[in-house]
Amino acid sequence: MKVNTLRGQVAVVGIGESNYYRHGQSPDPEFKLALRAILAACEDAGINPAEIDGFASFSDDRNDASRLAAALGIRQLRSATMQWGGGGGGSCAAVANGAAAIHAGMADCVVVFRSLAQGQFGRFGQTTGIDTISGEKAYLMPYGVLAPPQRFAMRVRRFMHEHGVKQEAMRAIAMASYHHAQANPRAVMHGKPLDQERYDNARWVVEPFRLYDCCMENDGAAAIILVSQERARDFKNKAAYILGAASGSGFRAGADPHNSPDYPSANFGTLAPDLYRMAGVRPDDIGVVQSYENFTGGVLMALVEHGLVNVQDINQFFTLGNLTAPAGRLPLNTSGGNLAECYVHGLELVIEAVRQVRGTSTSQADRSDIALVIGGPMVTPASNLLLGSETVL
Amino acid sequence: MNNKPENTYYLPAGLPIPVSEPDGLSEPFWSGLKMERLRIQHCSHCHTWQFGPEWLCHHCRRFDPEWQDIEPKGKIYSWERVWHPSHDALKNHGPYIAILVELPQAGNVRVIGNLLGDPMQEVVIGAQVVGVFEHHHDAKPAYSLLQWRCKES
Repeated sequence: MKVNTLRGQVAVVGIGESNYYRHGQSPDPEFKLALRAILAACEDAGINPAEIDGFASFSDDRNDASRLAAALGIRQLRSATMQWGGGGGGSCAAVANGAAAIHAGMADCVVVFRSLAQGQFGRFGQTTGIDTISGEKAYLMPYGVLAPPQRFAMRVRRFMHEHGVKQEAMRAIAMASYHHAQANPRAVMHGKPLDQERYDNARWVVEPFRLYDCCMENDGAAAIILVSQERARDFKNKAAYILGAASGSGFRAGADPHNSPDYPSANFGTLAPDLYRMAGVRPDDIGVVQSYENFTGGVLMALVEHGLVNVQDINQFFTLGNLTAPAGRLPLNTSGGNLAECYVHGLELVIEAVRQVRGTSTSQADRSDIALVIGGPMVTPASNLLLGSETVL
Repeated sequence: MNNKPENTYYLPAGLPIPVSEPDGLSEPFWSGLKMERLRIQHCSHCHTWQFGPEWLCHHCRRFDPEWQDIEPKGKIYSWERVWHPSHDALKNHGPYIAILVELPQAGNVRVIGNLLGDPMQEVVIGAQVVGVFEHHHDAKPAYSLLQWRCKES
């Protein structure tokens, strides 16, 4: 019987990023950041950029595939896919869509990219300048539920209420990201450590999120190069193979405003079983996790929904020691991620998972042959991805 | 004409004004609030409640579910106290509370509003709340919001 799967069919052979900046600090415009990340990924792979024949992105990336193809002098554009949905919900799905194009014979070399200059195009945390509003946001914005922190706080509050989750669990996630960022010279928060006192004394953005529970606003771009497994060994770096991927959400997750039946969730209830089934992997097999932090509370939910933590164990499990590389029980966000490396809508988390599989992270986990990436908790569609080394195929 | 002074609004003027989509989907909701009526979609065929509005019932897929008036009473399903001003109109305003209100008389659909009173009050999930219509007659275009206060025990 023919089994339809991406498992082992496509590999990441190149990774690259622009310099990472605080919002407004990039000397380059967003499109130039995209070009820099793509060229860096090509150089990492050791390929001529003209060999790219597909682009995949997400979150309505403004940097059009055809313009990129023209700018880069690409000979033939064969695949251009955009995953619907905002935030980092598509950060893993974009990889899966690019991989699917390769597996289906519709492209040979796909670059997955995201470029985001909030200095150039406006900060997600500010909403001034809108006169009238309709649709979903009309039910929220007149009441001061304006930007992402306010849009997600009630979801996390309800989750905390139902399961007795304490603030300290979210604090541990923030501290783990900052801990790992101190070893990562690319990280915007490199050299700016976070301790318990600093977290506890930080201002509330919106209860239950303190400042350090919220992702940064940055200028940066990231890119990865995908090829088929037949070609994966031809490149200079160790290949990271796609073991599994899933995207989407459950029943009426998109019922706005805030009317999703499974409201206090990160929307992975239907995705995690699909992911594990494709990958042939169990939660216990995973050695290291990159889990998108729009807000720390979403990470709690996402790890529970992926079977990595029992919901009743959250307060015990989420400690700095358990979450840090190399030897914590579940090293988490080992580059610093959206909180402390750079907010590139989670594509920087995919890159970090590749580094873990290669063994080249600045905070290498002891177990890193199977690396999980979780994109965009609490949004729909969400997505996830499992990467692994050749030895686990 | 409204004789209430402007400063009775829970949040300062200048936040985005809610209007129906150009296709009119939510017009009955927003015009209802101006008339102090809370209207929620209710399918007359299968009796499913639905909010936000959609062009068809998600359960039986009949088009154009009816809008039914319901009493503005509910209970707090979740809440947040906002400190950071994400809009210039909120600069120097200080904290405020937004709540997610579950409406048991309408299939437990949820609506968002502000909880009137002390912004530092303790908020209890499950507490009973009653609706208070807040009319912005001086806005262009004029609009109305549905706010909430705790039910006196």
